[in-house]
Amino acid sequence: MRVLIVGAGEVGSSIAGSLADSHEVVVVDRDGSRVESLQYDQDILGVTGDGTDLAVLDEAGVEAADVVIAVTDDEETNLTICATVKTTSDAFTIARVEQTNYLDTWQAHEGAFGVDFLVCTDLLAAETIVRIVGLPTAHDVNPFADGRVEMAEFDVPEDSPVAGQTVAEADRFDDLTFVAVIPTGTDTPEIAGGDTVIEPGARVVVVGVPSTVRAFARALCNGDRLNEAEDVVVIGGSKTGELTAELLGDRGLSPRIVEVDPERARELAEGVPSATVLSHDGTDPEFLTREHVQDADVVVASLGTDERSLLAALLAKRVGAERAIAVVEQPRYVELFEAVGVDVAVNPREVTAEEITRFTRERRAENVAIIGSGGAEVLEVEIDDESVLAGRTIQDGAADLPSGVVVGAITRGDELVTPRGDTVVEVGDHVVAFVQADAMTEVTSKL
Amino acid sequence: MSLRVDWRASAALVGTVVKWLSVPLLVPLGVSLYYGDGGLAAFVVTIAVALVVGSAMERLGDVENIGSREGFLMVAGTWLAASLVGALPYLVAAHGIPGVAAASAPASTLANPANALFETMSGFTTTGATVLGDISFDTHSHGILLWRQLTQWLGGMGIVVLAVAILPELSVGGAQLMDAEAPGPGIQKLTPRIAETARALWLAYAGITAFEVLLLYGLHIGGYAPNMGLYNAVAHGFTTMATGGFSPEARSIEAFTGVVQWVIVPFMFAAGTNFALIWQALTGDLDALFGDAEFKFYAGVVGTVTALLAGLLFAGPTLEVVVGPVAGEAEVSLRHAAFQAASIVTTTGYASMDFAQWSEPAKYVLFLAIFVGGSAGSTGGAVKMVRWLVIIKSLKRELFTTVHPEAVRPVRLGGRALDEAGVRGIYAFTAVYVALFAFGTVFVAIDSSRIEETLSAIEVMSAVAATLGNVGPGFGMVGPMGSYLPLTNATKLVMVVLMWVGRLEVIPVLVLFTRSYWQG
Repeated sequence: MRVLIVGAGEVGSSIAGSLADSHEVVVVDRDGSRVESLQYDQDILGVTGDGTDLAVLDEAGVEAADVVIAVTDDEETNLTICATVKTTSDAFTIARVEQTNYLDTWQAHEGAFGVDFLVCTDLLAAETIVRIVGLPTAHDVNPFADGRVEMAEFDVPEDSPVAGQTVAEADRFDDLTFVAVIPTGTDTPEIAGGDTVIEPGARVVVVGVPSTVRAFARALCNGDRLNEAEDVVVIGGSKTGELTAELLGDRGLSPRIVEVDPERARELAEGVPSATVLSHDGTDPEFLTREHVQDADVVVASLGTDERSLLAALLAKRVGAERAIAVVEQPRYVELFEAVGVDVAVNPREVTAEEITRFTRERRAENVAIIGSGGAEVLEVEIDDESVLAGRTIQDGAADLPSGVVVGAITRGDELVTPRGDTVVEVGDHVVAFVQADAMTEVTSKL
Repeated sequence: MSLRVDWRASAALVGTVVKWLSVPLLVPLGVSLYYGDGGLAAFVVTIAVALVVGSAMERLGDVENIGSREGFLMVAGTWLAASLVGALPYLVAAHGIPGVAAASAPASTLANPANALFETMSGFTTTGATVLGDISFDTHSHGILLWRQLTQWLGGMGIVVLAVAILPELSVGGAQLMDAEAPGPGIQKLTPRIAETARALWLAYAGITAFEVLLLYGLHIGGYAPNMGLYNAVAHGFTTMATGGFSPEARSIEAFTGVVQWVIVPFMFAAGTNFALIWQALTGDLDALFGDAEFKFYAGVVGTVTALLAGLLFAGPTLEVVVGPVAGEAEVSLRHAAFQAASIVTTTGYASMDFAQWSEPAKYVLFLAIFVGGSAGSTGGAVKMVRWLVIIKSLKRELFTTVHPEAVRPVRLGGRALDEAGVRGIYAFTAVYVALFAFGTVFVAIDSSRIEETLSAIEVMSAVAATLGNVGPGFGMVGPMGSYLPLTNATKLVMVVLMWVGRLEVIPVLVLFTRSYWQG
C-alpha cells in the first residue's frame, strides 16, 4: 500500500517509522532538512514542499496513494491538505486536528473537509488519561470490540500478592487472559507462558471483560486501593487538561483544575461546569498542601511544557498524592518520567500515531494498541474464511502462526468467548490478539 | 467647557414621541364622545398641545445624532414629558377652559397640579399609587378614568419600545434606547432587526391583553361577573398585563366575583414573566420558557409566597373585612393569598381584599414581597427576579471562595456564565436601590409630620418601597383601599421622582446627574 504522509514532525515521523517496513511511505514536508534526516533514518521517499500545493502532491505521487495522512503542526493546513487531495485522488484521507469543534463538525457531517478519518490529538490524550484514571494501578487501558473487551497494562507493586507468582498461579479469573509480561527495567513485552514468573515491579498485560479487568486490578493491589478514583486534581489547564476534566465530569466526577493564569482559569471555569477551578501556581507545595492534594486519588499534570508537568507531578507525589499521571510532549521523555517516579506518562503524539496506525494497517485490522515503545501491539481482527483460524481450534490455528502471538479474547456477536486451546474460532468472530513486533507482518496476513 | 451631549437631538426625539402621544389620546376622546359625560374638551386640548409642542421640539435638533449618551437623556426625558403632557387632561377636566368649556370634574382632587402629575407618573410607570379621592363616575367622566388606565398600558411594555417598534427613524439606535429603558440583564434580540423585536414584544403584549379582555367580558356574558361590562373588561385588561394596578372601581378587584379574581391571577403572573420568553413559547419553543432559570425562580417565589400567605390567612385571626370570613375557608384563603402574592410580587398592585387589614405576619410577608419584583424583560418593576437570583448565587460563591481563596467560579444562570462586570452591575443597582429607599423613607417620615395623620413605620416604608418599586399600594393609609392624597406636595413630588427612577431601573437616570456624563 502506498501511504503519503504530509508533515514530518513527531507524529508524522512516528507513523512513518511504524509503517515503513510493510508499506511504501512518502513523506512531504516544507522543511528540507527534516525530510532529509527522516530519509536517512527510515526507508521512505522524501519530498520537500508545501502539502497544500497540488504540484507538490503530484510530485509525491498522490494519484497512486491509497492513504494520505495530514499531520503537520497546523490543523487548518491539515484540513486544507485533505480537501486538496480529494480534488485529484480517491485516497483515504486522515487528518490530525487539535480543536474539538472540527471533530464535532466532522462527526455530524460525513466527509466534511474532505477528511475520511479525523483524529483530535488532545481529545485522544484526554480519553487515554481518563481510562487510566478509571482503573487503579493501570498503566494503559485500551478498549476493543466496542468496549466489551479491554486490554490493560498494569504495574505490579512490590507488596502485591501476585508478585513472585507464576502466570498460572496468578490467573484465577475465568474471563481474563494473560498475554504478556514486561520484565522489571525493560520495555520489551514477552509472551506470557504458564510458568513465567511475575517479578515485583514488572508489568503485566491482560485482556478481558472490563469487570474482570477491574477485579484483577483489585487483586493486584492487595485490596487497599479498591475504590475507583474519585478525587482527581488536574494541574495545568492546557487543552488536554481541560478535556480530561470535562470527560471526568461526564463520568460524574468533580475534578479540580489548577491553572495559574487568571484569564485561562476563568475560561476553564466557564467551559467546564463540573470542575472546580483554582487559580494558583500548581507547583507551589504550600498551596498543594492547603488544598489537600495529598488526599487526591490521582493527579494529572498537564501544564503544557514537559519540565513543568514533571515538576508538578513529582511535587504532587511528594506531598502524598496516590498516583500521578503526566502529559509529556516529547516522546523521548516518556521513559525518563516514569523512571523518576511519575506513575504514567502519556504522550499525546504517541497516542495520535497509534490511532492513525489503526487506519493504515492491513485491511482487516480494526483496532490497534501499541505496547511498550512499539515492541508489541494488540490488534482486533475480524475473521474471514481465508484466515488460518477460521473454523479451527486455537491450538490448531496457532501451529500455523508464529510464536509471537497470543489470542486474548474473542467476541461473537454480542457474546464474549474466553479463548482456550480447544475454542473453535468461527468466521465473523472478532479476535483480539497480542502480537510481538517481529511477528506482525506474518500475523496480519494470516489472520 | 463644552457639552459632550447633543441634548437637542434627544429633545427632538422626545418631541416625536410627544407628538405621537396624540394618537392614543384619541381612545379616551372616542369614549368621551360615546358616553357624553364631559371630558371631551380635556382631550381635544391635550391632543392639540401634544401636536404643537411635539412638532416644535422636533425642530430643535437632528435625530440622526442620537448616540448612547443622547439615548439616556431621550429615554429619561420621554417619560417625564409623557407624564407632563399626560397630566393635562386631568387638569383641564378639573379647571375647565375659561370662556370656552366648563370644568367637567370640578370636585376632582387632580385640580392640584402636583396630584395630576403624581397620578400620571404613577400611570405611565405602572405603579398604581393613586391620589384620586373619589374613584367613581360621579366625580370623573368615563373618558378620564379610561385615560388613567391607558397610561398604564402604554407604560407597561415601555413607551420607548413602542416608539422603536413604529418609528422607522429609530431603526439604528433603537437597541441602545431599549437598553436604556430596561437596562436589566436578560434583554435579548429576538430578530435581527430591533424594530421587529420591539414589534414582537408589543404584539405578544397586545395579544395577551386582548385575550384577557375577551375572557373577562365572556365571564360577564356568561353571568359569572355581573359588573364586568365591556368598559371594565377593557379597563382591567389595560392594567393587568402592564402590572399597573389602576382600577376604575374604588374597591379594586374586590369589587368583582371570585371567578374574576381567579382569572386575573394567571394574567398577572404572565405579566411578570420575561416577554421575550413568552414570545418564544408562543412561537413554539416551550423549553425556552420552562427551562429558563429566572422563570423557575420566579415561579418558585410566587408559589412560596402564596403558600405562606394561604397558611397565615387560613390559620389566622378572624378579620373585620367586607369580603366575609377568610380564616378557615380553604378556597377563600388560597384565592386571596394567590391573588395578593401575584399582585405584589409582579408589582401589579391590584387587591382582591383590603390586605392592609391582614394580621401582622401576613403583612410583613407582603411588605418584603414589594422588593422582589417581576422578571427581567417583563412589565414588572422593583429589583427583579434575575438580580436576586444572581445575588443569591454570588453570595454562595463568596462563601465557597472564603474557604478556597484561589477558586475561580463564575456565576451561572441556566448554564450560561455571567461576566463579572454584569454581577458587579447588579450589586451596584441593588445598593443604589436600597439607598434610594432609605433616603426616601427618611424624607417622607420627616415631611409627613406636617400632615394630620401620624404614619407608622410600615406605612412610610411601604409607601416609599411601593412607589420606588412601581407596586402601588402599601399599608395603612396608603393601603389598597386608601390613597396617597393626604401626603404633602413635597412628598408627592419626591415620589414622582422615585417612580420615574424606579421604572427606568435607576442607573440610566442617575447617570444624567453626573459631571462625566455631560463633559468628557
